[in-house]
Amino acid sequence: MSALDLAYAAVLAAVVSGLIPTLADARRRYVGAAAFALLGAAGALAAAAGAWTLIGDSVLTDRLALGLPWLKWHARLDAVGGFFSVIVGLVVLAASVYGPTYVREFERGPQPPLVLHLFTGFFVAGMLLVLIADDAFSFMVAWELMSVSSYFLVTFQHQNAANRRAGFLYLLMAHVGALGILLGFGVLAGFGGSFTFEAMRAAGLSSTWASIAFALALFGFGMKAGMVPVHAWLPEAHPVAPSHISALMSGVMLKVAIYGFVRFTFDLIGDIQWQWGVAVLVIGAASALLGVLYALMQNDLKRLLAYSSVENVGIILIALGLSMIFLGTGHRNLGAIGLVAALYHALNHAMFKGLLFLGAGAVLFRTHERDLEHLGGLIHRMPATAALFLIGSIAIAGLPPLNGFVSEWLTFQTALQAGSLESGVLRSVLPIAAAVLALTAALGAAAFVKVYGVAFLGKARGRHAARAREVPRGMLLGMGLLAALCVAFGVLPTAVISIMDPIPQLLVGRGLPSATAEGWIWLTPVSPRVASYSAPLVLLAIAVSYLIGRLVKLREPKPRRTHAWDCGFGALNSRMQYTSTAFAMPIRRVFGPVWKVNEQIEVTRPANAPTSVASVKHQLHVEDWSWNALYEPVGRIVLAAARRVGRIQTGSIRAYLVYSFLTLLFLLWVVT
Amino acid sequence: MRWVAAAVQTALFVAAAPLLAGWIKRVKCHMQNRAAPSLLQPYRDLAKLFRKEIVLAENASWLFRTAPYVVFGAFVLAAAVVPLVAVHLPTAAIADVIVLVGFFALARFFQALAGLDIGTAFGGMGSSREMTVASLAEPAMLMAVFTLAMVASTTNLSVAIEHNLDAGLVLRPSFLFALLGLAMVAIAETGRIPVDNPATHLELTMLHEAMVLEYSGRHLALVEWAGQIKLMIYAVLIANIFFPWGIAQDFAPLALGVGMVAVAAKLAALGIALVVWETVIAKMRLFRVPQFLGFAFLLALLGMLTQVILETG
Repeated sequence: MSALDLAYAAVLAAVVSGLIPTLADARRRYVGAAAFALLGAAGALAAAAGAWTLIGDSVLTDRLALGLPWLKWHARLDAVGGFFSVIVGLVVLAASVYGPTYVREFERGPQPPLVLHLFTGFFVAGMLLVLIADDAFSFMVAWELMSVSSYFLVTFQHQNAANRRAGFLYLLMAHVGALGILLGFGVLAGFGGSFTFEAMRAAGLSSTWASIAFALALFGFGMKAGMVPVHAWLPEAHPVAPSHISALMSGVMLKVAIYGFVRFTFDLIGDIQWQWGVAVLVIGAASALLGVLYALMQNDLKRLLAYSSVENVGIILIALGLSMIFLGTGHRNLGAIGLVAALYHALNHAMFKGLLFLGAGAVLFRTHERDLEHLGGLIHRMPATAALFLIGSIAIAGLPPLNGFVSEWLTFQTALQAGSLESGVLRSVLPIAAAVLALTAALGAAAFVKVYGVAFLGKARGRHAARAREVPRGMLLGMGLLAALCVAFGVLPTAVISIMDPIPQLLVGRGLPSATAEGWIWLTPVSPRVASYSAPLVLLAIAVSYLIGRLVKLREPKPRRTHAWDCGFGALNSRMQYTSTAFAMPIRRVFGPVWKVNEQIEVTRPANAPTSVASVKHQLHVEDWSWNALYEPVGRIVLAAARRVGRIQTGSIRAYLVYSFLTLLFLLWVVT
Repeated sequence: MRWVAAAVQTALFVAAAPLLAGWIKRVKCHMQNRAAPSLLQPYRDLAKLFRKEIVLAENASWLFRTAPYVVFGAFVLAAAVVPLVAVHLPTAAIADVIVLVGFFALARFFQALAGLDIGTAFGGMGSSREMTVASLAEPAMLMAVFTLAMVASTTNLSVAIEHNLDAGLVLRPSFLFALLGLAMVAIAETGRIPVDNPATHLELTMLHEAMVLEYSGRHLALVEWAGQIKLMIYAVLIANIFFPWGIAQDFAPLALGVGMVAVAAKLAALGIALVVWETVIAKMRLFRVPQFLGFAFLLALLGMLTQVILETG
């Protein structure tokens, strides 16, 4: 029994959980429960396997009896794969606790839940297989399993045309991205002589070929991870999937793409050039800033969360870019800090984005409403969900003492080490990246004040929100698990970093001994004189002040309740509240050119009284520029090319016979 | 002993914050030929509010009631890590200056949520404007702080201040830029003219006030006090980082006394400077604020680039 066996068991459990509903009647409740139980087991096993590998600091390899006759599948579980396996496992576990109640509403829906169970199982299995693949062939098979099964999950509610469109876009972009990855592997395999990762590591690439392979990998994995400008599928596809699947796609699948990128660049190519780091840093900064700005303008809760994933992937890429710049210029210790910051943020994002998507699912479950403008006041109706969602919002806004802050802080610390670089240009690029990160973090906080304030606070803006009830316990438990992890990873960063230590050891050859040198209370990434942060003491201070607050409150008389004062304005109704659009309006004005804003105000005036206003019609469309700038031109070119090629289709059989004859002639000429 | 010193300093910080507010108010009254209230008036106001009954709006949730405590707690925690009289207090290692910005952000987050909780248009407006201003001010502040961090190669406030003391009186262009940037951010973040007017209740001009309109009694006292602590933190940051002379480097009674007098003198002088600035300048419209903060950001960035390119060579 080894950690790798546990990982196999996890994959097997996921596959079986998908297959069970095909054997029994999927509409029966116990069948669904069994499927989710197995999925949960898969998550727990994957997390256990990953944790075992990390703590034991082991590298396990194996050859499976599957695959092509001349290429058996290679499997390998090391610290990097183990770490991502923990991420996948934890979120899968939470989603499977949450799922049984959540999918109940699909049981009476037009689609049989069979499809949902089947592809969820395959999707999870695919992700876990990607993490243990040790040759390009099995990697691509697992990658495609992950992509294709998630396509069926995106289009689960396919009677809606928008969902079909989102699914098609997703499938298309997933395959363009996969093509990039495949070509990247091709370059490495061409020099290494074999498709195994071992051979690729040994391939001594020239710096040009290494750069080509890197660019292909960045494009391919970046497309899956949702980096700007190839992010367009993400805000379409994530919102339309069922919410526990959105949590998996946004929280976890993007991390598998990050895993692929880290594996490819840090491990397989190995010899990192600092120019790549600059490219990743710039793309990461653009993704982070544009992601959060686009998120701010959304009124659809799940779409907003999806754009926020673009932002967080950007933050991860910023940290990776910093790490690559330091590694490329020979500063291994600083490179290790950047890598740890990136991976820590990947872990954190999986936890809080998983939590937030599950929370959005809970809101959807009770109100059937994704539009923020129709929500409001849920804190009174769904207190537990509101409390858990608040934890997620604080975490994603990067506020101490929760987990989002720790990784952003580590990223800032990495950027601040720019002084040790020799090149003046690089020294000034890094702080600018840090400035973008600061702007992103502040805007992220504004975005989540908007989400939380408009959806959960104030008065209900719609009938559904006014009648919402708390969700069942199973869903709360799933969210609670992730919320607890958000708190734990926030207040015990030293423990997390010391567990993560084998990863930089493996990829960079250096650990982070200085980070935990001052004991578990103090986090000191470089040295105590340079920077220190003590999350446990912050938590202690909060706990003490909470206790003092309780003691004071004991003496506090029960406060009197009355109407809101509102400067003496009088009775309030829910239409007088600030809306989501109104909240974001100042930011829309400040950063105007970033979006394609189409605002129309039509004022109709009564004929007899031209100074008064009869009605006002206001329309606002805020769109992503990337559609116009990138996708539509590509689409037009493809269409034009197709039209040209289409001319050879005459419809006459004689013409086709001539084509066949000419083809044969050409082939004969080639053969001879 | 060191922990006791830290606790005493924090208590002193929190207790002195209303005094600074009173001082600013008094100087302002003198400047504008008005009869000035006593220096202790802010304490009397707080005491009065603490005694008053809390009146809550019907729609207020637990978040509205918790927010004042979170806000106050965050600023006390922030006050604990800022060196006021002496450096090398053990609390300074709990949080560096980036965490300090994080504490501010946490307080702001809860304050803005509380503004949205009742469901009044004023509250929402205040939250929206506050988050907009903050999203521009926070990066500018971090840039100014990073300049300092790069000069002293640390984000630990105590170490940075000590570095500046050791360096002596060197006129660094990067510091000048960072000081200007930080001062502009401080004005925006503490709700002073020209960004916000702390003495207003007019809906067109209010940012911060709009969020706390619905608070009363003890809650209002906590929010007001927290605002005073915030002003004091910014003042102490500017005073002790850029003009560190006099701060105690050990815990000898003489050094502590000198430190106390020095910081009091610096804060008094800063207060006068703030009043002069507020008296000669007019409040600007909300949509001019981004330009103001953009300028602050640019200054801080310039400071950083000067440091990175010119000064380390």
